[in-house]
Amino acid sequence: MLRQVSASAASDTIAVEATDLIKDFGETRAVDGISLRVPTGSIYGLLGPNGAGKTTTLRMLLGIIDPSSGTRLVLGRERPLDAAPEIGYLPEERGLYPAMHAREAIAFMGALRGLPLAEGRRRADALLAEHGLADWGKKSIRSLSKGMAQIVQLLGTIIHKPRLIVLDEPFAGLDAINQGKLEELIRREARTGVTVIFSTHVIAHAERLCEQVAIIAKGRIAFDGRVDEARARLRPIVRLRTRASDGAWRSAIPKDARREGDEWVFELPEGGPEPLLKALIDGGAGIETLAIERPGLHDAFVAIAGNKAAAEMAEEKAQ
Amino acid sequence: MMRFLRSAFVIARRDFTATVLSKTFIFFLLAPLFPVAMGGLFGSIGARVANQTERPVIAVIAPAKEFERLAAARDQLADALGDGALVKIVGYSPEADLAAQQKQLLASRSPPVRAVLSGGLDHPHLVGALGGDPATLGQLKLLIATARDGNAGEPPDLPVTEVHNSSGSVAADRATTAWIAQAALFFLTLMLSTMVMSQLIEEKSNKVIEVIAAAMRIDAMFVGKLFAMLTASVFALVVWICAGALLLQMVKHGGVQSLPTPAVGWPGFLLLAIIYFAMNYLLFGAAFLMIGAQASTAREVQTMSLPVTFAQMLIFAFAATAINSPDSAQGLAAAAFPLSSPMTMLARAAERPEWWPQLVAILWQALWVALILRFGAKLFRRTVLKSGPRKAWYEGWFGTALRNVP
Repeated sequence: MLRQVSASAASDTIAVEATDLIKDFGETRAVDGISLRVPTGSIYGLLGPNGAGKTTTLRMLLGIIDPSSGTRLVLGRERPLDAAPEIGYLPEERGLYPAMHAREAIAFMGALRGLPLAEGRRRADALLAEHGLADWGKKSIRSLSKGMAQIVQLLGTIIHKPRLIVLDEPFAGLDAINQGKLEELIRREARTGVTVIFSTHVIAHAERLCEQVAIIAKGRIAFDGRVDEARARLRPIVRLRTRASDGAWRSAIPKDARREGDEWVFELPEGGPEPLLKALIDGGAGIETLAIERPGLHDAFVAIAGNKAAAEMAEEKAQ
Repeated sequence: MMRFLRSAFVIARRDFTATVLSKTFIFFLLAPLFPVAMGGLFGSIGARVANQTERPVIAVIAPAKEFERLAAARDQLADALGDGALVKIVGYSPEADLAAQQKQLLASRSPPVRAVLSGGLDHPHLVGALGGDPATLGQLKLLIATARDGNAGEPPDLPVTEVHNSSGSVAADRATTAWIAQAALFFLTLMLSTMVMSQLIEEKSNKVIEVIAAAMRIDAMFVGKLFAMLTASVFALVVWICAGALLLQMVKHGGVQSLPTPAVGWPGFLLLAIIYFAMNYLLFGAAFLMIGAQASTAREVQTMSLPVTFAQMLIFAFAATAINSPDSAQGLAAAAFPLSSPMTMLARAAERPEWWPQLVAILWQALWVALILRFGAKLFRRTVLKSGPRKAWYEGWFGTALRNVP
């Protein structure tokens, strides 16, 4: 009884907690000791290239597969399937019955989570109308485009008003307009207190949406924390263009500064911008432009997961 | 438990609706044309085999000496034609009331008598149900002629008093009913098991299974799928039975009432047919679903299901051996073996009127269905999603008990 109370109390603040999750497929270790805590009502991103272990982690958190070892606590329950009626899940590979009508598909997904079919149909009509898709209701899934089918599945994910929404690569396959709509939908759900976890290999989405991210590489968590904490790991970047090509001012520039065209690019020294500016002016640099940029999540990702992982993600995004 | 059942119901409802409301279900309803044709073919072969192995027994009411002459004539002809090809004769001493003796013999089950020959060699007279069997009549004339003269001379006159039924003719008709019922059960189960497996493969390929697995216990899905197809096929079965009865009523003289009545009666037999179909389908459907869980393409399914289909045919053949002799050791073994039990017991229902063996068999099969469903669902979960910690094979069967063995 005591345990139940404490679990309930924890679930008020922490929606999902995983400790030392390990998953082996045969001889391959797909997830290697992942631990994370997702605060209730937050938007939490799992970042990493393909094969990093994001989907396997999500599948373990949802109870689709069991971990080889480690524990999970999802909405206060040790067995994730016990919380299934309060969870919405959009898998990476979209799954819908091609012959089903869009309205029925949405209602069926609700029924899987315990929503009565009649109520599911009513809500499906309302959701489709709300998103300007009322005409799609009677269309079969096979007659919809890939993007449309994805929207239908997304509506099926939220039809039963879940407390936790898990989206695996939700932006993949969507055009820019629908990506924007999806971002808005995620924000709107989060505003109502719903916890959203999504995985992505597109850093820009995570940067725009997430309060907290976990960066996964090779089955391990390389970073878990707030987005600004990830950025704070890096010093601001200085971009400097000078009229003088040489002089005493050069001693103010760090040794690892690099040239990008006409610019010098380097991390802001420990002392901050004022001593740097003074040294440049006194040294006769002839400042043409000087910009101090806050590092993005991409820079943080490169610093945390490494250049190789960042290159892989860039390649996947291009594809 | 309620949630498990509710989840299974959601899957069953979806699968049932998708199956019954699809255009392909019309083809499914036409499917019996194939097994009926096959059943007719195999049935005729079976009937021929049955005619050879289960020769009609003719009871001969005659003094011992006359019967000995008839038996000697039969032996003589058997040397030339072979024993298996000749009618079987059994002698009985004449009793005071000939009509009563004839009636008693025609009702005899051991042996099942098709006709009674009386009147001795001089004035032979046959009473029985030989209407559709001129060969037996011809053989009897040959036997009598040989017994009279020592060789097959002029065939004697053999007046026949035809009766509607004898125990022998009823036994033959019931054996045919048993055979057709078994064949129908076999083909129907084979067809449905393959269908449920194909559906699973479709779900695996369109990834719906991932959505379902995240929402419910995978064994609820397993049970839901099995019962959806079962419900759809019972629905089809009812359609087929009604359509078949209507067709018979229209094309056959005397309609359905002219069909040979199974030993337990038609209502009981149809009820048992549905129950045994359900048992047979659940036993084999579970096996096929387990195969489907491990395969990811239709080609893999074909490869993996081939040995199971052959095994199923062997089991069908095993069950068929019980027809005509359900109380033999082989018949009892086929009734006891869980996988052949439904087919064997349905055949038995056509041939034997007792209900208690049917009830025992249903309980026995239900136990095995429960076991196979439980095991199947477990294996299904482990294979379809490659879930769960790695365990040695023996842990799957014996739990963790073996781990604690020092």
